[in-house]
Amino acid sequence: MTTNEIINPANLVYAKTKVMNDTPMHYCPGCSHGVVHKIIGEIIDDMGVQENTIGIAPVGCAVFAYKYLDIDWQQAAHGRAPALATAVKRLLPDRLVFTYQGDGDLAAIGTAETIHACNRGENIAIIFINNGIYGMTGGQMAPTTLHGMKSSTSPNGRTVPLNGHPLDITKLLAMLDGTCYVTRQAVHNVAGVRKTKKAIRKAFENSMLGKGTSIVEVVSTCSSGWKLTPEASNDWMVENMFPAYPLGDLKDL
Amino acid sequence: MSDSKKHTHEEVRLMKGNEAIAHAAIRCGCDGYFGYPITPQSEIMETLMDEEPWNSTGMVVLQAESETSSINMVYGAASCGKKSMTSSSSPGVSLMQEGISYIAAGELPCLIVNVMRGGPGLGTIQPSQADYFQAVKGGGHGDYKLITLAPASVQEMADHTVLAFDLAFKYRTPAMILADGIIGQMMEKVILPPFQPRLTEEEIRTRMPWATLGKPASRKPNVITTLSLDAQEMEDTNIRLQAKYREIEKNEVLFEEVECEDADYLIIAFGTCARVSQKAVDMARAEGIKVGLIRPITLFPFPTDIISKYADKVKSMLTIEMSAGQMVEDVRLAVNGRVPVEFYGRMGGMNPSPDGVYNALMTKLVNK
Repeated sequence: MTTNEIINPANLVYAKTKVMNDTPMHYCPGCSHGVVHKIIGEIIDDMGVQENTIGIAPVGCAVFAYKYLDIDWQQAAHGRAPALATAVKRLLPDRLVFTYQGDGDLAAIGTAETIHACNRGENIAIIFINNGIYGMTGGQMAPTTLHGMKSSTSPNGRTVPLNGHPLDITKLLAMLDGTCYVTRQAVHNVAGVRKTKKAIRKAFENSMLGKGTSIVEVVSTCSSGWKLTPEASNDWMVENMFPAYPLGDLKDL
Repeated sequence: MSDSKKHTHEEVRLMKGNEAIAHAAIRCGCDGYFGYPITPQSEIMETLMDEEPWNSTGMVVLQAESETSSINMVYGAASCGKKSMTSSSSPGVSLMQEGISYIAAGELPCLIVNVMRGGPGLGTIQPSQADYFQAVKGGGHGDYKLITLAPASVQEMADHTVLAFDLAFKYRTPAMILADGIIGQMMEKVILPPFQPRLTEEEIRTRMPWATLGKPASRKPNVITTLSLDAQEMEDTNIRLQAKYREIEKNEVLFEEVECEDADYLIIAFGTCARVSQKAVDMARAEGIKVGLIRPITLFPFPTDIISKYADKVKSMLTIEMSAGQMVEDVRLAVNGRVPVEFYGRMGGMNPSPDGVYNALMTKLVNK
């Protein structure tokens, strides 16, 4: 195929969603964030809710999510996204309101906001990127860092006496009566991307139907934080993260 | 009176200062209250929950899991251009400081009520004014200011609720009502403000084009963020904020002058201390001692100019506070060494008596 044939609209087989703009992403090669951003943009497009969506960005690598998706955004303080989302959704009940948070944001500093928003059954969707590390600040230990996993603040590997256990907060959230849909996905291969897209779409639809809080955890890579190539990161995630954070639905009411 | 009529007209009622804030909030078209219980201000949320304004005006009232969460709910609501508020007392307001810094940085309007109690630490549940520094000097991280109103009556608790929102929206900046536990708990006659409807979404979109209500095809995304990785960009934000604070200082100073015209001595006091000092002024005037009282109503912007003016007229000044002496520093800055500025206060939940203020006036100023 020549270049002219490739760019001929008649031969178009894939188009970037209009919800995602052309700003070059700051994410590292091999990072899951970019794929999840694209999925969210596509779903907002598919659902026709671009004018009706308010996203809440976290502190962490995804703090700049607002640069890439053309919707209205609020950027929360570290861990507080579910509190902002609670107020926005209660004041604007017909809007699609979602938070996008990492593991440090959601499962450490924001634990209280996460649990109570879920327990109240706020009609919001929470997208939870779990890569077991603080990416933005340079690879420190997260609540979800695995046993024995090295980070800049667990240089010899996480140990129980020093650091306690990895926190499976998604399992905890599934126990709460306010959550209607709790699922764990990954975007390491094509099937995973498709399943994650289906899950986030369901989470968004649930929140518009007023069914309660939906959480989609995306077990994710952090090639820079893990000090691995993008390809090796995917393999490492499958071998090490998936046994600790198994994929699938934890709750679907 | 039926519920539908309850909020619709001006009426005189007897109630606590805390209750007056709740009623005034409903009446002035507040969209959302988010709070966490703490003595001595829990009546604010209790009154709101009892009034059920979601059934009358559509106002949202929510009990959060912490003060941290309440102030961040306010941040979310204010980012939508909604008239939103929280209330707490000293330890709870300390917990809110991170969020208040974000709200100031995001240039968002909101109301924060602090009904102060004695500290530091868990302290007491009795009244205090020891959060003056926290309120007027910033409180959280970074260079920012809060418009700070100091009510001295139940009537002003209601009036300042309306005023604080008006100023917050005029300048896109958070405003605080800095009351003490006495003003919150005491009952007085109050004329509640007239009913104003909540803004419609169309009105918000017109008046607050920055609000994150969802992006129509006709405009770019609205983003409320306080992050700048570029230091020059952040300095520019600071320059803009400081210009706004200078504008507030120029336009919004409020104070009350009591018997100042012929005064040889001046007392400066706010909130409950102003009312106690008023009694001491009467006692001293009965003795033929010419004493006046300046009651700052706005603590930021501080009534610097009027105090400076009296520094050329009076022999000395006395500030009265329920703290170890905080506002006295701003009085001394205004006076700039021209006359002595003395201080008398009580701490940790104790409040000065008229006799205590009178004695301080005599020993520290008149007979010195």
